[in-house]
Amino acid sequence: MSRVNRTTASQSLSVSFTVGLYGTAFGAAGIAAGFSVLQTCLLSLLAFSGASQFAVVGVMGAGGSAIAGIATASLLGVRNMLYALRMAPLLHASGFRKVIAAQVTIDESTGVALSQEKLGTAAMKQGFWLTGVGVYIFWNIFTLSGALGAQAMGNPSAWGLDAAVPAAFLGLVWPRLTNKLERALAVCALVLAVLLSPVLSAGLPIISTVVLAVIFGWKLRT
Amino acid sequence: MNALWIGVIGSSIALFTLRYSGYLIPEKYLTNPRMLRINTLIPVALLTALVGVQTVTEKGSWIIDQRLAGVAVALIALMLKAPYFVVVISAALTSALLYRF
Repeated sequence: MSRVNRTTASQSLSVSFTVGLYGTAFGAAGIAAGFSVLQTCLLSLLAFSGASQFAVVGVMGAGGSAIAGIATASLLGVRNMLYALRMAPLLHASGFRKVIAAQVTIDESTGVALSQEKLGTAAMKQGFWLTGVGVYIFWNIFTLSGALGAQAMGNPSAWGLDAAVPAAFLGLVWPRLTNKLERALAVCALVLAVLLSPVLSAGLPIISTVVLAVIFGWKLRT
Repeated sequence: MNALWIGVIGSSIALFTLRYSGYLIPEKYLTNPRMLRINTLIPVALLTALVGVQTVTEKGSWIIDQRLAGVAVALIALMLKAPYFVVVISAALTSALLYRF
């Protein structure tokens, strides 16, 4: 790997730490929902997708079946497959590296990679790996600490984490909104997902915005 | 094996399968300019959708609370070209302060 770009490294670390910290809330949520410390930590180690993990413990904690929990988690996880599609031509990973790349393909690693576009493909790759591995490490450490009874810090709202996470995503999308079409798509996607939230089950409002990306991409002439 | 274990292992397998399959789809299907363009736009749509859902909804209901103020401050910070960590920290501080008072 070539020299690590300082801007990329700093952004990757900020994202990793901010998002990783949220693992505390997940750890606490897992325990509150009746999962054991081992089960909660395994979700972070193996499932490793924040929204999907919250969905599993949320749905099953509220009395939902395993099938309902898995289905909701999968719906939320479809976007990871879409991110993988986007990252595959960039990473050119094979063998064991491909397994690791797949495991750390999340909102944040994809977001950081894409936001490095102006710095070149090397910076994009570094952004993906640093953020993916960084979030993985912090997310799992904080899941364990949260699960081990950090009830004092279990309320994400008291620490502003409830706003820090969407702000972190917003900061990631921001550099991507370079033209009118992308800005229009962003606004439409945000509005559509929010409008559909009370109507569709968790995960679907977000996934449904893929239709907008297809429509906008289809019509675009450059 | 109880239901919780099935939930843990089932969702882990489902998520890995989804992700890995994204890397297995041959690259030649992604060289079509239209497909590439759509593929570039997909994260823009999904990430902004996430911002919206995480800012003003909770368990499928619309809720306006301290999160919206935090994200609004982040938006202003971005418009002022603030560094990334300032964007995130300003959102967290705003939200935490409003939550406490």
